[in-house]
Amino acid sequence: MHAETITVDMSTVSIAGVTLAADLSGALYWEEQKLLVVSDLHLEKGSSYANRGVLLPPYDTIATLGRLGAAIARHDPRIVIALGDSFHDRDAHERLSPANREVLSALQMRRDWIWISGNHDPALPPDLGGTVADEVAIGPVTFRHEPTGAAGEIAGHLHPKARVSTRGRAVERRCFASDGTRAVMPAFGAYTGGLNIRDAAFAKIFQTLGFVAHVLGDRRMHAIAASRCC
Amino acid sequence: MPPRKSVAKPDLLPDHFLRWFATRGWSPRAHQLALLEKARDDRSALLIAPTGAGKTLAGFLPTLAELSGNKNAAVPSLSPLAGEGRGGGPTSVVLPAIPPSGQPAAADLPRKGGGTKAAPALAGTAPSKLVSTGRAVQRTGGLHTLYISPLKALAVDIARNLETPIAEMQLPIKVETRTGDTPVSRRARQRRYPPDILLTTPEQLALLLSSDDAPFLFSSLKRVVLDELHALVTSKRGDLLSLGLARLWKLAPDMRAIGLSATVAEPDSLARFLVPQPVGARVSADIVVAGGAAEPVVEMLDTKERLPWAGHSARHALGEIYDLIKANKTTLVFVNTRSQAEMLFQDLWRMNDDGLAIALHHGSLDVAQRRKVEDAMSAGKLRGVVCTSSLDLGVDWGDVDLVINVGAPKGASRLMQRIGRANHRIDEASRAVLVPANRFEVLECRVAIDAVAENAQDTPPLRTGSLDVLAQHVLGCACGAPFRADDLYDEVRSAAPYAELSRVDFDDTVEFVASGGYALKIYERFARIKQDTSGKWRVTNPKVRQMYRMNVGTIVEDTMLKVRLVRGGSGKSKKGVTGGLARGGRMLGQIEEYFIEGLVVGDTFVFAGEVVRYGSLVEDQVYVSRAHDKDAKVPSYMGGKFPLSTYLAERVRKLLDDQRAWKGLPDQVREWLSLQAHVSHVPGTRELMVETFPRADKYYLVCYPFEGRLAHQTLGMLLTRRLERARARPLGFVANEYALAIWGLGDTSHMIRQGRLDLAALFDPDMLGDDLEAWLAESALMKRTFRTCAVISGLIHTRFTGEEKSRRQVLFSTDLIYDVLRKHQPDHVLLRAARADAATGLLDIRRLSDMLTRIQGRIVHRELDRVSPLAVPVMLEIGREAVYGEASDELLAEAAEELVKEAAGFQETGS
Repeated sequence: MHAETITVDMSTVSIAGVTLAADLSGALYWEEQKLLVVSDLHLEKGSSYANRGVLLPPYDTIATLGRLGAAIARHDPRIVIALGDSFHDRDAHERLSPANREVLSALQMRRDWIWISGNHDPALPPDLGGTVADEVAIGPVTFRHEPTGAAGEIAGHLHPKARVSTRGRAVERRCFASDGTRAVMPAFGAYTGGLNIRDAAFAKIFQTLGFVAHVLGDRRMHAIAASRCC
Repeated sequence: MPPRKSVAKPDLLPDHFLRWFATRGWSPRAHQLALLEKARDDRSALLIAPTGAGKTLAGFLPTLAELSGNKNAAVPSLSPLAGEGRGGGPTSVVLPAIPPSGQPAAADLPRKGGGTKAAPALAGTAPSKLVSTGRAVQRTGGLHTLYISPLKALAVDIARNLETPIAEMQLPIKVETRTGDTPVSRRARQRRYPPDILLTTPEQLALLLSSDDAPFLFSSLKRVVLDELHALVTSKRGDLLSLGLARLWKLAPDMRAIGLSATVAEPDSLARFLVPQPVGARVSADIVVAGGAAEPVVEMLDTKERLPWAGHSARHALGEIYDLIKANKTTLVFVNTRSQAEMLFQDLWRMNDDGLAIALHHGSLDVAQRRKVEDAMSAGKLRGVVCTSSLDLGVDWGDVDLVINVGAPKGASRLMQRIGRANHRIDEASRAVLVPANRFEVLECRVAIDAVAENAQDTPPLRTGSLDVLAQHVLGCACGAPFRADDLYDEVRSAAPYAELSRVDFDDTVEFVASGGYALKIYERFARIKQDTSGKWRVTNPKVRQMYRMNVGTIVEDTMLKVRLVRGGSGKSKKGVTGGLARGGRMLGQIEEYFIEGLVVGDTFVFAGEVVRYGSLVEDQVYVSRAHDKDAKVPSYMGGKFPLSTYLAERVRKLLDDQRAWKGLPDQVREWLSLQAHVSHVPGTRELMVETFPRADKYYLVCYPFEGRLAHQTLGMLLTRRLERARARPLGFVANEYALAIWGLGDTSHMIRQGRLDLAALFDPDMLGDDLEAWLAESALMKRTFRTCAVISGLIHTRFTGEEKSRRQVLFSTDLIYDVLRKHQPDHVLLRAARADAATGLLDIRRLSDMLTRIQGRIVHRELDRVSPLAVPVMLEIGREAVYGEASDELLAEAAEELVKEAAGFQETGS
């Protein structure tokens, strides 16, 4: 009774027949299109809190841009999509430091850059470089900020994270949530927390627990059944 | 020494006090008179006395005597406040208090818009009480004495106790308490019409000091009484209190302090806490030691049962513990952790055929439940109480005639304080029985009994004040009144824990409070405090004050969830987090969030004396149902809170080293050690013994540092990193109080023989350099430490004003802040504060460092072909105490593996 060895490729997410590479940083890379997508950067979240009296370290934007730069360097994409909530609030882009603005411009060089609008940043100004759009459809795949559950959709907004418990010990990490037909991406920003994939919000998107959490481990990705998470 | 030797010193106590003592059949004790003498000589003093010595009365006698003044003059008169908000209960009738002769009434400090005129009535023997109210109107009297206790229950209890002498001697003294439970209206009234004596906590003191009433309230202060000082000073609350004291000395330069403490190892350093420290010198308050306590009678349970190798439950001795409770009137059974308390209580209850009234008491139980137990205890209705350190301090329990300490005593002083809970009368011997739960604990109990007999103390040394607490204090100061940095720096250094504070640390802390203290100066416009043109730091907007007041304090608890017992569903609900269980249910108590996160729905654990099944988590409510299992699946939700003291550890090593001393040990333990000496080696006092041996398909390395579990865990983390680099392929480790066992796939014995693994290099103190830094970057314990600093310092808030969401929802993940800050500004003041905490707290790095230095050149290695007798206890912890390093990938990979199997299974059935 010899079962054929099944290999679950830990580092890919398939949507509507398209296979994307899941980057440990929380980005997705679509090789055929040379397209890199990241979601929920929440740039300037630190200064947004500072404005309300909580003086979080002002290094979140540079940390986030640094990780984004590394992901871009790894894949050298032709297109970059920032899948909404790229800035933490409506005025956040005005608080970008000149240095960070330059870092951003450098990342945008020699490639198409698409800012998808999110609920935190519904009205981005044109001077940030790139194009602003509500959603983008490429082949069978649609990129939008808030997930609707439609087939072929890659969205963000929910900041999925998964928790796994064993023998009284728990690990909680950001993850991609995907059932092969649609996917929700983890938040990329340095100060972004998460929403547990067992929350009702995910049930609305996936209907059942028959989806997989592609969990960002310390050194590699782990594909874990949503029903195994808690 | 006769305990009630009458020392007639009529000049120290007024006649009516002596008469009152006489009517009760008492006479003042020597130490009570000694404190009166110190007060007369205008000296601050530390009273060291065992429980039951009349310590608290001693602390208050100088105040009572002073305030009673000339009794004939204390004619009850109409309060000037008559008709004005007198709703303060029986003590609210204000009688004129006369300043003691020869001591002028404290000068009134200028009040905003109020002018500095003394009320004309102040001349001669006029009342030193308030004459009016309101901001712009003259007020003439603040507090006389401030009493500070670590427990609000204690403050309330003391207030009740003070009522007796005050009522019976008809003293014109008003006493009030102020705690978190005091109604807002009463707190406001206290600020306008302060009592003579206010009983409160360190947090409430901080709040009062941050109000603009502080100069009015405190400038008249004559005395501060600090109760249970030995317990207060070991934590950040002690730091906060010390800074509050520094403020008080500034506001009331003539204020004197009385500290009340159990016996400590270094009384001189504790006495420094009570007097302002001059720059560059160390001064201490006078020390008064109460003698006359009867020697306690302490013995180790001579069990007829087989002594377990490991574990902390002491189940083997249950019958014997039960018989002891039965044979005594009231017994306190102390254990070290809440889970042990839960387990022991449950076991005792199961065998309670006589229906003895036995109760459970620990800090996680619902407050109402705890009060019920305390009341029943005071009323003498209980035969036994199983409790944790929640009963280490405080409230008098009346007639406890036996203390049983189950498990390791951990420290000599701690044990003595617990023993003192029995028989709160100084002239009768306390009786205690120690019940070791395993063989190593027998050794620890043996040396602890010797230490008690010698009255050897091992309380920790005075803390170095932490910077996160300083940050909170700096903001509090600014909330009170604008300050000049130079002045505040001097003031802060008068507090003993901060005497050595560097100017750089102080300035960085002020910068942090102002605008975060970041290298990137972009938050200036969001600053919470700013320097005005005169150079004084002042609060920028009223919201800052509000946030400070909501979040004052240094007790940062793990997020706690409420546990509710509901009628059981199957417990196997797969419907997601909300499950299929009923809502509502009886509140059992609170539990740490991280414990619940480690559970899977359906797991069982012990809580509030029952085995319960985890059903669901909805917001901050954990729903559990009664499980009918005998044993819980998840055994523990709290490791030992206190590590084995360095002192007891040293004594255990000496005991091991001295074979002649083994005579005093039970036969089973002596045989165990003799066998160890025969097959391997018994570690010498200064040595570190390392054993390596194969077992099943793995290879083990066991070492015996005896430095406590926390230090061993840190060592385990660091050694596994090094073994990884040496290609010994370590898989995991487990630590207990005495030993550390690491296992892996590489044959360490062989590697050592071949010279590929050098033990001296493996244990080299340089592991505290890069390896430590690398580990700290990802250590969950370090992140917890940082979170505490972030909350105390006011970087993030855990309490918000009403309109916002629940705390659990708004809690910002400090782990993310830690990662970013560590990378971009590794020398930030908060990271410095967290590192200082890591030296002594959850990571116990300092102790590890001392050990590594001590054992250099003294490593003794034994290569064995099987596990040694001494290694058995720690080996048995494997699987009970899951510590697999901090790397999370393994755990995630394990869960992912299940998906692979599931997929494979699906394939099989499908084909």
